[in-house]
Amino acid sequence: MAARQKLIGALAFLALAVVAPFAPAWLVSLATIAFANGLVVLGLVILWRAGLVPFGQALFYATGAYTIALLGRYTGMRDVFVMVAAGAAAAGLVAFVTGFLLARYRDIFFAMLSLAMSMILYGVLVKTETLGSTDGFHVATGTFLGYAPQGTAHDLALYWLVLAVCALAALAVATYFDSVAGVLAAPVRDNEIRVEFLGISVNRLIHLKLVIAGLLAGVGGALAALVVEHVDPNMAYWTTSGGFVFVTILAGAGSVAAAFVGSLAFELARSIAVAVFPGEWQIALGTALLLTILFLPEGLGSLVTRLRRPRVLDKVASPKTAPEKPGAA
Amino acid sequence: MLTAFAILTDGLVYAAYLFLVAVGLTLIFGVMKILNVTHGSFYAFGAYGAATAVGIYVERGLPDAAGFLFMILVAMAIGLVLGVILERGILRFAYGKDEVVIVLVTYAVFLMLEDVIALIWGRESHAAYPPMVAAGSIEIGDLVLSNYDIGLVAIAAVVAGLGYWALKYTRYGRLLTVVIFDRETAAAFGINVTVVYTVTFIIGAMLGALGGAVMAPKISVTLGIGVEVIVLAFAVVVTGGLGSIEGALIGSLIVGLCRAAAVHLVPQIELFVIYAVMALVLVFRPYGLFTQAQPRKI
Repeated sequence: MAARQKLIGALAFLALAVVAPFAPAWLVSLATIAFANGLVVLGLVILWRAGLVPFGQALFYATGAYTIALLGRYTGMRDVFVMVAAGAAAAGLVAFVTGFLLARYRDIFFAMLSLAMSMILYGVLVKTETLGSTDGFHVATGTFLGYAPQGTAHDLALYWLVLAVCALAALAVATYFDSVAGVLAAPVRDNEIRVEFLGISVNRLIHLKLVIAGLLAGVGGALAALVVEHVDPNMAYWTTSGGFVFVTILAGAGSVAAAFVGSLAFELARSIAVAVFPGEWQIALGTALLLTILFLPEGLGSLVTRLRRPRVLDKVASPKTAPEKPGAA
Repeated sequence: MLTAFAILTDGLVYAAYLFLVAVGLTLIFGVMKILNVTHGSFYAFGAYGAATAVGIYVERGLPDAAGFLFMILVAMAIGLVLGVILERGILRFAYGKDEVVIVLVTYAVFLMLEDVIALIWGRESHAAYPPMVAAGSIEIGDLVLSNYDIGLVAIAAVVAGLGYWALKYTRYGRLLTVVIFDRETAAAFGINVTVVYTVTFIIGAMLGALGGAVMAPKISVTLGIGVEVIVLAFAVVVTGGLGSIEGALIGSLIVGLCRAAAVHLVPQIELFVIYAVMALVLVFRPYGLFTQAQPRKI
């Protein structure tokens, strides 16, 4: 079963890579940014499985982006592989350090503390003149192991790079989900004290999840910066984090694929909505989010899983306690 | 010495502003356990409503005091209507879900309301400064203080006092305290929790709109003011302890004074000092200054 899913995933990525040269340029660049952001969403899916919603994932996103922007500005390093690795390392380091604190918190306090941390970075970036203040600055164009394409060829190369990174990340995260640490996410979400009683440190488990999610967000931010060729403090603002959470909820935490499909669908929907009704696109987004939460609490991905699994089994597999209703008495 | 005095006054004025936006947020959280992102929209609606009201009274040439009162009344009315629509129309369907999921529900509504504001008032910015100008200013030594700012501190003090009195000495306030303490027991004793929820949400919404209204003359009323204010209010409320009115008061004083000190002494750190204070408080008091630790449930 798992092997079959991986095969389907690999074929999907291959198909996406093959069709790119024939697709319109705007669609390729949209897909590139969507998949780069999909990496961040993948990280959020890992945390969401354990019941954690960070409203400050933009901290790692912006760290990754600014790292490669600074590399391009102050060093001669132009190779995308080295730059993205550096962005990931920087974000991972920040996640590791902040993780000591963040891993102790749950629920709203986790969300708020991560929000505060990303706003600290935002405040620093806005006030630092050498980093371009609110305007941000330009990101140098990358080269691929000495290959330095221009124009359309560059966009395509970048698209393939993002796809390759996504495929690797998807595989790694799918493996992680099957590991003991990955499977423990649901018990942590349901009742973490019981997990503690099994002799497992929940804090360390969550710390690991934070670092993985931070790494992914760093890679996503680094790739996004390469695509947009510009960084600015808004990458660290809370609305950026909110956008990622939005896609996560919309896509659901059911599978790895949901993160990428959700991110692509979101970018497409947003571009279309902005083009069709520029003044009201946030109303459309808000309505979509609201309807998803109220009627599809497991996300759009659950539509697929529901088809595959008979409903009876579904209920046995995940017994739900009756939802409390305040004021019912 | 002058700097110290300036920090103190600026800090107090800023704290008053923070308290006015934070108190509604903390009230709603305390009673309903909803961290209400929509509070930013209440603030923005209040500010826009106030700008419109100021426009009307300047046009009619009404006396200043009446104009100020009119401005506040319009904002509170908007808060009332919005509160009813949101609580009865949307939020009550989300009750019983995870706290974090309800945050997302309010976030969705917040996104929608951002566009609704643009649809009603347009994308250009509005000015509402006449009350601020009419209030004039006084000089204390070398320091020039706007009377409007002093009024702001007074309004915040009145709201704090009224809130304290209402919670401690009125029938509704006592009922509210009971619901905050234990919702189910309260319901079992015959308190109509549904009504308490609705009323609380409306009061919170009106307080948010009031915050926007009194701030409108001091700022340029433009799109996105709700986005900024909501993170500020979060920081204050989390610093003080979610759901605690004293917490909101102390939190806004701490944050206000720290920011004023940063503005006068090291302007580079002005923006992030607020969040740094919040993070620092959370390191030592994980649930804020004024919240008691909850027992873990197995």
